[in-house]
Amino acid sequence: MNKILGITGLLAFVWLATWVFSDLLSDHQWSFLTAYNQENLLKRIALFAIISIGVAFVIITGGIDLSIGSVICLVGVGFPWLLMEKGWPLGLALPTVLLVAASIGLIHGLLITKLKLQPFVVTLCGLLIYRGISRGFTGDQTQGFQNSFKGLKLLATGKIPVTTEFGIPMPVVFMVIVAAAAAFFLNRTVYGRHLKALGNNEEAAKFSGINTDRMIISAYVICSSLAGLGGLLFVLDVNSAQPVDFGNFYELYAIAAAVLGGCSLRGGEGTILGVIIGTAVMRVLNNSINLIDWISKNIEFAVIGVVILVGVIVDELAKRMMARRRAELDKKKASVVSSRESGR
Amino acid sequence: MGSEQESVPLLIEVKGLGKSFPGVRALDCVDLKLNKGEVLAVIGENGAGKSTLMKILAGVQPPDQGEIRIDGKTLQAVSVEAALDQGVVLIHQELNLASNLSVGANVFLGREPGQWGVINSKKIRVESRKFLDMIGLDVDPDTLVGDMPIGRQQMVEIAKALSVNARVLIMDEPTSSLSLAETENLFKVIKDLRKRGVSIIYISHRLGEVKELADRVTVLRDGENAGELAKGEIDHDAMVKLMVGREVAQLYERSRHEIGEVALSVEGLRTAAHPAHKLSFEVRAGEIVGVAGLVGAGRTEMMETLFGVSEPLAGEIRVHGGEALELKSPRDAIEAGMALVPEDRKSQGLILDMNVRENMSLASLDRDKKIAGILNKKAEARISQTMIEQMRIKTPNDEQVVRFLSGGNQQKVVVGKWLAMEPKVLLLDEPTRGIDIGAKQEIYALMEDLAKKGVAILFVSSEMEEVLGVADRVLVMHEGGISGELSRGELCEEAVMQLATGVV
Repeated sequence: MNKILGITGLLAFVWLATWVFSDLLSDHQWSFLTAYNQENLLKRIALFAIISIGVAFVIITGGIDLSIGSVICLVGVGFPWLLMEKGWPLGLALPTVLLVAASIGLIHGLLITKLKLQPFVVTLCGLLIYRGISRGFTGDQTQGFQNSFKGLKLLATGKIPVTTEFGIPMPVVFMVIVAAAAAFFLNRTVYGRHLKALGNNEEAAKFSGINTDRMIISAYVICSSLAGLGGLLFVLDVNSAQPVDFGNFYELYAIAAAVLGGCSLRGGEGTILGVIIGTAVMRVLNNSINLIDWISKNIEFAVIGVVILVGVIVDELAKRMMARRRAELDKKKASVVSSRESGR
Repeated sequence: MGSEQESVPLLIEVKGLGKSFPGVRALDCVDLKLNKGEVLAVIGENGAGKSTLMKILAGVQPPDQGEIRIDGKTLQAVSVEAALDQGVVLIHQELNLASNLSVGANVFLGREPGQWGVINSKKIRVESRKFLDMIGLDVDPDTLVGDMPIGRQQMVEIAKALSVNARVLIMDEPTSSLSLAETENLFKVIKDLRKRGVSIIYISHRLGEVKELADRVTVLRDGENAGELAKGEIDHDAMVKLMVGREVAQLYERSRHEIGEVALSVEGLRTAAHPAHKLSFEVRAGEIVGVAGLVGAGRTEMMETLFGVSEPLAGEIRVHGGEALELKSPRDAIEAGMALVPEDRKSQGLILDMNVRENMSLASLDRDKKIAGILNKKAEARISQTMIEQMRIKTPNDEQVVRFLSGGNQQKVVVGKWLAMEPKVLLLDEPTRGIDIGAKQEIYALMEDLAKKGVAILFVSSEMEEVLGVADRVLVMHEGGISGELSRGELCEEAVMQLATGVV
């Protein structure tokens, strides 16, 4: 719970700082706290949160998935390619791309559990393979919907109006559904408990009769499937995708958000709410770099890297301080007890 | 000041040592004296503060209060370097060696001879040979530590300690994973070191060893000094009395229990670890069968194969005369009504960072789940509450993270997890390893109780007293096979030892 408070504080700080520097202290028109920008920010948070929740499952098992960005690309270019170039009907193309994404997770999971390959290696190869395949079958050509599928695109671009200027973007609805389902799975079902247990100690989980292989495979399937859903929404949002860089680095954004949100790469730890707030911090940062004039866009990665590092350091220091304070309190209690006893 | 003090110079004197951890007062005003060239045994139940005291002496942790004098001089700062400077070396229960490096490299780890960062391998070989010879360890310094049996690895640790001119060796449960022969060798080395004037602080739960080795015994109880025994006073009962603070009537309360039909039948079982041997035996309902043998005799491998951890190569396993089981994973064994309390509590039995309730329910969650896999929190709470009461687990509440429980209470959590499944066949692998006498007694009472209720119990133990005291019948294993079976009437230490060492 402390972790969530801390990361929420960080979010508030970054958000306020962006507002101050981009709007209050700048001489041009407000650009951050506008209905248009906040709506867009919310949409990007939701899109990235969906893939971050996916990778959180894998991280909780103590694994990692580096292939997310390439899966997003495969789905992001594959979906319009099937519809526009190959002329597949929507009813066939949509389930196909989602099935492909899920199968990728299944293959990862099988290789990791049955062949005992390391998650890092398996998904690193995946990162290279799916990117290569995407560029291959599209001939490296940009894929898009042009002016077709207007209704479908509303899934990503539509919004539920709140005021005349501001509405809740549709991806937020998807995110809420995904997050609610994920949180329920993790906290309220036997499977979520099994997942956390094996993330902490796989051997003990196995000795307790948990089918650890099946749980790990499920985590990778969930991760790749959510990456697939993410890819679909990303491409519907921007209308077209270039195979060479669509979804580039997204796996790192997702992993960073999960870690910032309290997932331990050692496994067994993490909350969905934390992951969402972690994603929000990343997106607001990205937004602020775009809006604040005196931060060069070229140093975006450096800024994000530094903020995450500082966040993790502060978290670690806070943890130590708490432990020390507790120890001192105990010592005081103990000395009170012993002085009372010696006084008797 | 008598003449005694002059004849045996005082090496270490500890006065009024105190140390607290979150939630526990680990040490309270503890005193300790160590003379030159003596073996001092420090004993006490788990949680008595032995390990904390040793860690402070070795400089791993600073004390909150008190002082440590070495050679009459007060030690100013407590650090590992300062302790090493004074020649105080701690040999951990879990050895601290780099298994991927050679023996010589380990002996000189952190102090490699050489220039400009280039290691002088020849010098390492020659120098380490000297220290290996000192303890009679006949091994090539180029051997990889990971390729050596655990007993010899421990000798490397001792050689390493000697190479830094250790005057005081602190050994924490050094024999807990050694075979009989390795233990004997260790004792020889310890006695030899004593002759050379090295002082040894020896921590052990095995009172037989203490009796054989110690010149003096210091007993700790609940973080305080409970008493001291001089050479002539050291005997089993005296030590136990000081440790528990009361007379122990009887460690094993045997009662008659009805022995019923065959509950577990094993025929021609071949394990992956020892494929050459076929194992066949039966355990009846209400029977407690012990499995004795030396370390490496294949006992744990047999238990794990019975529980489906590793697949059997051949053979038939049946529970209560049912179909021969196809064991592909522990789940299959659990379904058949078996349960295993594994050898290594921390790595195989518990999720250390989860709380008591979550650990207790881990095996039964799946059985008790509601529709769509939803957790049955009521059943979970009921199980953990029942088990905490029934097994008298000392914990503030069921939300306590098990990492912070004592060994005995941790073991009770593991046992409780399986009792919740109401097993027909209970497999226990070293169920009392590293837990204190009070908890041991409770585990034995529990085994008796379960047997009375008709559970068939098969337990592996390396403690002879335990095997002799608890078992109705004993299987003895030797190098992967069952070398003999002893009924209650035939049970005695010599008979077990003969079968275990393959003398017969």
